[in-house]
Amino acid sequence: MNRRVLLIEDEPNIIEAISFILSRDGWTVHTHSDGETALDRVRAGTPDLVILDVMLPGRSGFDILRDLREGDDTRALPVLMLTARGQTKDRELAERLGATRFMTKPFSNSDVLHTVREMVGP
Amino acid sequence: MPERQLVGSRIRNLRLDRGTRQADLARDVGISASYLNLIEHNRRRIGGKLLQDIAKALDADPALLADGSTAAQLVPLREAAAAAPDTTPDLPRIEDFAARFPGWAALVTAQHARIKMLEERVRVLTDQLTHDPRIATSLHEVLSTATAIRSTASILVESRDLDADWQRRFHVNIDSDSQRLAESSRALMEHLDLSGDGVEALVSPLEEAEAFFADRDHAFPDLETARATPAELASGVGSPLARRIVEDRLHRLAEDAARLPAEDFAAAALACDCDAVALAARFDAPVGAVLRRLAFLPRKAGLPEMGLAVCDAAGVITLQRPALGFGLPRGGAGCPLWPLFRALSAPGLVIRRRVSLPGTAGSGRRFDCTAVAEPAGIGVPNLPPRVIATMLVRAPTGQDAGDGRVRADPVGPGCRVCPRTACAARREPSVLSAIGDATL
Repeated sequence: MNRRVLLIEDEPNIIEAISFILSRDGWTVHTHSDGETALDRVRAGTPDLVILDVMLPGRSGFDILRDLREGDDTRALPVLMLTARGQTKDRELAERLGATRFMTKPFSNSDVLHTVREMVGP
Repeated sequence: MPERQLVGSRIRNLRLDRGTRQADLARDVGISASYLNLIEHNRRRIGGKLLQDIAKALDADPALLADGSTAAQLVPLREAAAAAPDTTPDLPRIEDFAARFPGWAALVTAQHARIKMLEERVRVLTDQLTHDPRIATSLHEVLSTATAIRSTASILVESRDLDADWQRRFHVNIDSDSQRLAESSRALMEHLDLSGDGVEALVSPLEEAEAFFADRDHAFPDLETARATPAELASGVGSPLARRIVEDRLHRLAEDAARLPAEDFAAAALACDCDAVALAARFDAPVGAVLRRLAFLPRKAGLPEMGLAVCDAAGVITLQRPALGFGLPRGGAGCPLWPLFRALSAPGLVIRRRVSLPGTAGSGRRFDCTAVAEPAGIGVPNLPPRVIATMLVRAPTGQDAGDGRVRADPVGPGCRVCPRTACAARREPSVLSAIGDATL
């Protein structure tokens, strides 16, 4: 399958755990930890899916998502938002900005795997 | 209905409550049963020794029997009723309730005060949880670390074929994350200060500052003599924000004390019957500072008891000296007819008005108010000054002080618990409209 996922997250041990389970599932995992340069990283890498944390150093995940949805080349890119805040307003904001899916920390590995597979399809 | 006519009804109600026969009470106080019957039906006036004797025989406070419940006692009961809109208390009989069951009335009042305090604490906690960036950061840290631990632990449990290097790596990750989790949890708990009696301490800074002043009866002798600085006096206040509020207020009072020395000022105030404008001219001081000084001067100075309220341009009470049963709600829900708020529309104008609070059966209270709004702080070029209004409240003075027919501006305790249904300043309906205007 060799699909590519870009994980934009600043917690090193979350990066390592998610990278491990996705790699084992056959994904090629790229990671990025800085919010300010995340958009350039997405455009340079052309991933099949982006996992995007909301609270990032430099720039929030919501701002990055807004820019992704405004770009012709990234408008349809599947984005899974991760956040430590499960408040309704955050979920609504993510949906309004065009997030494909939304997950609240802490989540289970199986939920992440299942969601990612579902987002990209067979 | 005139006040005196109700005295008989109160006697009758109290006698029936006590289970005393009319004939027995009459005999105890040395009058005929038929005369007591006339009194109880408000057809004979009563006062003086006979009223004292009847009160003694019924084990009641003579003042309560004569005057009924004061408006100061009724206001918190009305507030309690307003706070429970789903209930249907018999509001027209509120005075009767307070007079006949003073213990239960006090319990309702105390419980209402307790509920208000707890609601305020919930509001403070909600604000803290929602807006405190330190809590948001700490919670994010806790949840992120828990996520990393959960994911890593799942991998270790579910991956039976994991090689030794990966196992060791994930064990190290769990170890470091668990340490982080412990530290961030502890930091969060310390910030919330939930240990020991911390929950009781979770009040708003303003509430904490007001408790500081109330505990000391608003008197700071060491400030008068400059034996202690505001910072020293405020050092015992728990939270930094409350300490800042207390220190700011004490600074203002210290400046007043230095500018208006207690002994000279008290003598001058007594000589002019506390005329704030005359005192301002005599001491070359702003009228607002004179009003503050009159309210906060040590009680031994011999001046009459006076209350004070200070508000900002938004109408929020920033300093208050309760007295004589006078008090305004902190959060800006007060009556806009008070001279304090009227002063804000004409800075520099000294307003002197007699005001009247509503009460039932003529038991409303009257105050003589002096209010002024003045610039505060240091001006900024090309910006309007920050304005604060100050109002001094005292019992009516002068020859007409006790004359209820003398015109007084109607004011209220706040729309929700004010029975003046036809008030042009009303911003929301009153829960007390059943009382009607006839009893104002």
